[in-house]
Amino acid sequence: MSPMLCVLEQRDGTLRKVSHEIVAAGRKVADAMSTTVDALVFGHDDVEGLDALGACGADRVLVATHDTFRLYSPEGQTATIAGLAANYSTVLFAATATGKDLAPRVAARLETSCATEVTDITVAEGRVVVTRPVYAGRAIQQLRMMASTAVLSIRPNTFPVTDAGRPGTLESIPVPEFTANVEVVEVKAPAEAALDVGEAAIVVSGGRGLKEPENFSLIEDLADAFGQAAVGASRAVVDAGWRDHSAQVGQTGKTVSPGLYVAVGISGAIQHLAGMRTAKVIVAINRDKDAPIFKVADYGIVGDLFEVVPRLTAEVRKLRAEG
Amino acid sequence: MKIAVCLKRVPDTTAKVVIADDGVSIDPTGVKFVPNPYDEYAIEEAIARKTAAGEGETVVVSLGTDAAQETIRSALAMGIDRGVLLQIAEHPDPAAAAALLADELATGGYDLILMGKMAVDDSQHQVGPQVAERLGMACITAVAHLKIDGGTVTAEREIEGAVEVVRCGLPAVITCDKGLNTPRLPALKGIMAAKKKPLDIKPVTAGESAFEVLSLTLPPDRPPGRIVGEGPDAVPELVRLLRTEAKAI
Ligand SMILES: Cc1cc2nc3c(=O)[nH]c(=O)nc-3n(C[C@H](O)[C@H](O)[C@H](O)COP(=O)(O)OP(=O)(O)OC[C@H]3O[C@@H](n4cnc5c(N)ncnc54)[C@H](O)[C@@H]3O)c2cc1C
Ligand SMILES: Nc1ncnc2c1ncn2[C@@H]1O[C@H](COP(=O)(O)O)[C@@H](O)[C@H]1O
Repeated sequence: MSPMLCVLEQRDGTLRKVSHEIVAAGRKVADAMSTTVDALVFGHDDVEGLDALGACGADRVLVATHDTFRLYSPEGQTATIAGLAANYSTVLFAATATGKDLAPRVAARLETSCATEVTDITVAEGRVVVTRPVYAGRAIQQLRMMASTAVLSIRPNTFPVTDAGRPGTLESIPVPEFTANVEVVEVKAPAEAALDVGEAAIVVSGGRGLKEPENFSLIEDLADAFGQAAVGASRAVVDAGWRDHSAQVGQTGKTVSPGLYVAVGISGAIQHLAGMRTAKVIVAINRDKDAPIFKVADYGIVGDLFEVVPRLTAEVRKLRAEG
Repeated sequence: MKIAVCLKRVPDTTAKVVIADDGVSIDPTGVKFVPNPYDEYAIEEAIARKTAAGEGETVVVSLGTDAAQETIRSALAMGIDRGVLLQIAEHPDPAAAAALLADELATGGYDLILMGKMAVDDSQHQVGPQVAERLGMACITAVAHLKIDGGTVTAEREIEGAVEVVRCGLPAVITCDKGLNTPRLPALKGIMAAKKKPLDIKPVTAGESAFEVLSLTLPPDRPPGRIVGEGPDAVPELVRLLRTEAKAI
């Protein structure tokens, strides 16, 4: 079986967390097919953390360097990957804004379809079989990929990173000639670099139960207490202008699969559940014991969020201080 | 400016999913079908741009069964000038869909091709860039803010935790995200007018699928959870469970 190609993501010279997950997913399939894993990194300068990719499961790390790779270069990266793809059985991307833009371009070059937001990969009869949610999470599809090179994007926070203890040799590879019709001119980062709900290991979301936009400070404090947590929101509060659309969890927002999801003052409408029901652990805080969110919550507290949340923040802080 | 919109007919997102007897598709009985919500942003954008320019043509193209005629009519009722149905018995895989759409779009001389960032049924996020690759056109995906100045497109799209500003020339394929605009509702006058607007029907057939659907199943139920307690006094127990039982913190 031909090897796996994992296409990684970096921003400002630092690999994104999901990059390790792509390599881990690649390793899982490579072991099932007795083949090797190549990790591909795009950059214009040094990228940090490449040495650690062996531990995630990469046998080789390929580095493609080009001036335009400081930011995302759709055509340059498509050309580079398309030039390599035929040597691989599978090309793996992350189902992020970049991966969801890049994977279909590569698939088009190979005249095949890609499978997006994959949550599991197995191998049967020498072919890659993927699991992916469809109908906004209301059904699960299994696809057998028929092309000689399968193109997949994996959902962040789904494939666990374990120590694979590979050496991970480093090689630089050439970038083919390409015409850049599309140019990323700038990345506007918010003043305070916020963790994205789609990528964070813990998500604390607030809904209309918070009553006023200012009260979101309760949610921010709780997220801060957990550490490495992102702040999410229901559509009701996004539409009301309390929070940015990028924070919306649900069918028309983001689909999240964090290790822990805390829903505060959120009723649990079907469209909200579509975005978070694959979280590993769900906690709900709501004063209405019949709120539908309790049907999916592993742990619930029935009560006034204005009393429960500050107490929870304090207890979590205490716990983390104790270590 | 000549603008095309690709529109897919999809099950309403609140519809209950029932798996059909074949085990690989949904049972459409009693399911309401609607225009793909992200394609409505594309329709709105096309109409608003034509109105602002005071000239041009807007065309909606849908690949689907005869039933998609109704979906096309709803776009015509919103204000799109004419429709094309690429008539097919079953939805093909994304690459095949892109090939059929691209064949149709290639002949139209479009300056702008607008699509949704994804169809909410199979959530593939790929027909837009696949069409663009086939047509050799520039493409920007998941756009939440769009400016077109002469021949230059400047778009903003959300990337995790930041916003990417992307530029390209025309012609281009743009896929639309929520936030781009607020789609209008069809007015009664529009609904009447839509009945008289041209709708071409072109039978098509797809090539081989790039994948085989092995199964479609309902997601596993989450194991029943529990109410830890009431009010702030339940917090210490919750934290204990999160640490020792769920190992989540
Ligand atoms: C096509 C479509 C797409 C949609 N997409 C999304 C989506 O992506 N994401 C999404 O979230 N929604 C989506 N919705 C909207 C969804 O149907 C709900 O309207 C929305 O999720 C409700 O938000 P909420 O839970 O914050 O508000 P509400 O439903 O008003 O719930 C507020 C909750 O707070 C509780 N509460 C109030 N006060 C307190 C208090 N003091 N202490 C504790 N609890 C309190 C209440 O008991 C209640 O359960 C969509 C709807 C449609 C039609
Ligand atoms: N059968 C179809 N007919 C017309 N447009 C389609 C069709 N399938 C997909 N599209 C377009 O491609 C976008 C992305 O779809 P997808 O890649 O399937 O998630 C949709 O929002 C539509 O604009």
